[in-house]
Amino acid sequence: MDKVAIIGVGQTRYERGNTKSFAELVYEVTRKALDDAGLELDNIDNVVTTTNDFYDGRTIACMAVAEASGSYGRDATNVEGDGTLSAFYGLMRTLSGVYDATIVTTHCKMSEGNPRKLFNQAFDPIYDRILGMDAISSSALQARAYMDRYGVTEEQCAMVSVKNHANARNNPYAHVALEITIDDVMKSPMLAEPIKRLDISPISDGACAIILATEERARKSAKKPVWVRGVAHCTDAYRLGERDLTYSAALETAAKKAYKMAGIRNPFKQIDVAEVYDAFSYMELMWYEGLGFCDRGKGGKLVESGKTQMGGELPVNPSGGVLSAHPVQVAGLARIAEAVLQLRGEAGGRQVPGAKTALAHGITGICGQTHCVWVLSNEEA
Amino acid sequence: MAGASQTGQQLAKEGSRMENETTFEIQEKDGLLVHQGVIRVPYTWAAGEVASRFYAGLREKKVLGLRCPACKVVLVPPKKVCHRCFSDLTDWVEVGDEGVLQTFTVVHYSEPDLHPVEAPFAYGIIKLDGADTGMTHLIGEADIKGLKAGMRLKAVFRHQPQGNYLDIAYFKPIEEANHG
Repeated sequence: MDKVAIIGVGQTRYERGNTKSFAELVYEVTRKALDDAGLELDNIDNVVTTTNDFYDGRTIACMAVAEASGSYGRDATNVEGDGTLSAFYGLMRTLSGVYDATIVTTHCKMSEGNPRKLFNQAFDPIYDRILGMDAISSSALQARAYMDRYGVTEEQCAMVSVKNHANARNNPYAHVALEITIDDVMKSPMLAEPIKRLDISPISDGACAIILATEERARKSAKKPVWVRGVAHCTDAYRLGERDLTYSAALETAAKKAYKMAGIRNPFKQIDVAEVYDAFSYMELMWYEGLGFCDRGKGGKLVESGKTQMGGELPVNPSGGVLSAHPVQVAGLARIAEAVLQLRGEAGGRQVPGAKTALAHGITGICGQTHCVWVLSNEEA
Repeated sequence: MAGASQTGQQLAKEGSRMENETTFEIQEKDGLLVHQGVIRVPYTWAAGEVASRFYAGLREKKVLGLRCPACKVVLVPPKKVCHRCFSDLTDWVEVGDEGVLQTFTVVHYSEPDLHPVEAPFAYGIIKLDGADTGMTHLIGEADIKGLKAGMRLKAVFRHQPQGNYLDIAYFKPIEEANHG
């Protein structure tokens, strides 16, 4: 793969009930990403937006944010899915050799809709939508299957919540930063067994943008480029009953491909910091396994060891992760933006000292049907 | 099929009453305006050959699946294409109305517009005898505190089938012969 770098990032603060319009949110992060890269809009020749018509409450929702992303008079396209997937698309367009600099934007105002009803629309209208499942109840089926299979405990899941909510205290963009104990998580109200109130991510609004550039453009950028060293995407079966819910085969496939591109043989040793899509506490443990940070079924033991805390061998979600801010569709791109800040040494109180290689991960679909894995580095291949 | 045509008429009536996006209420927050509305758009989904036949089976209290000729797995509920090998599936088989609970959850929160029953209630994924995939469904007539993966469940069919997923009303635990 030719060299492509991320040269600019911008995020809003994540919160519930933000009073900006979609375009105002997206303009904020577009401006921030341009300023971060030291570019003007004239330098951008490719625009990729990320929208979901149901979440946005309008059709062709991309048109509500395209201009705010700088689309006028430019090539502007749209991806419906997580921000890691629009970034993937932006990367491919950059590799086409046609464009110098690509801006990828994504926004979400989940607080303005009804998240449970909207998520239920992801189920098949001919078959099981009528059961009324949403993200919490469907994920509870996955959590139970995983935990039963490997003896992962609710306390081990709670450790993820304690760790990530504590990390969020060092992230000025985070929505929910908490100083809580395992006991607090265990005693929080039961929603759908085994998932409790403090095991789930919040309903957040916000936006994020990144700028991808060709090698030539990246060498002229204001900030030290962060190089894309490996990236892959893989999709599992749609229906829950057709998947092995105890393990993510799609994540394993995506991670292996991304690692091969990046020359990573031992991810746990070679990756310095990871930002993963922990929409629920149990997910972070499953994703450790799919990402090859530990063996199957050992995610609970890994969090227990403290190795994924700040100061551990491989800190996971120093930002507080998705448990601390869940603007759907933005959350994956926010993982990439956070990884970039880490690799530039600009992550402030959440900085992992000397981080050279970072991993960012995004999911889309019911119980993580698709996974996208990015390996980034401040060192050239 | 009087019932079916009546449903059709009802749907047509709904369609004629389509409401567009409407702003009902304007509120103020932090000195800025927030417009609150409702989107209500009737829609029609063709069930297609496969699901129509599946629902015809349920009307006779038969659970039908499709067998993949290459993977040799039986998919229930059935679908047109095997997601693994991309085979066109045409080999219909009847599977049992009993099976094994693979995973479950007891839902404690209330969402009356979504949930077909009042919380607390249970969802499960049930692999029927003769099937290789699981069906997500409701679990009823059960002690929800005593649910366990691996327990056997049986389909309870709706008295008056309507051609949707709730023609199996729910799955209930099978009493063991020496129970209690």
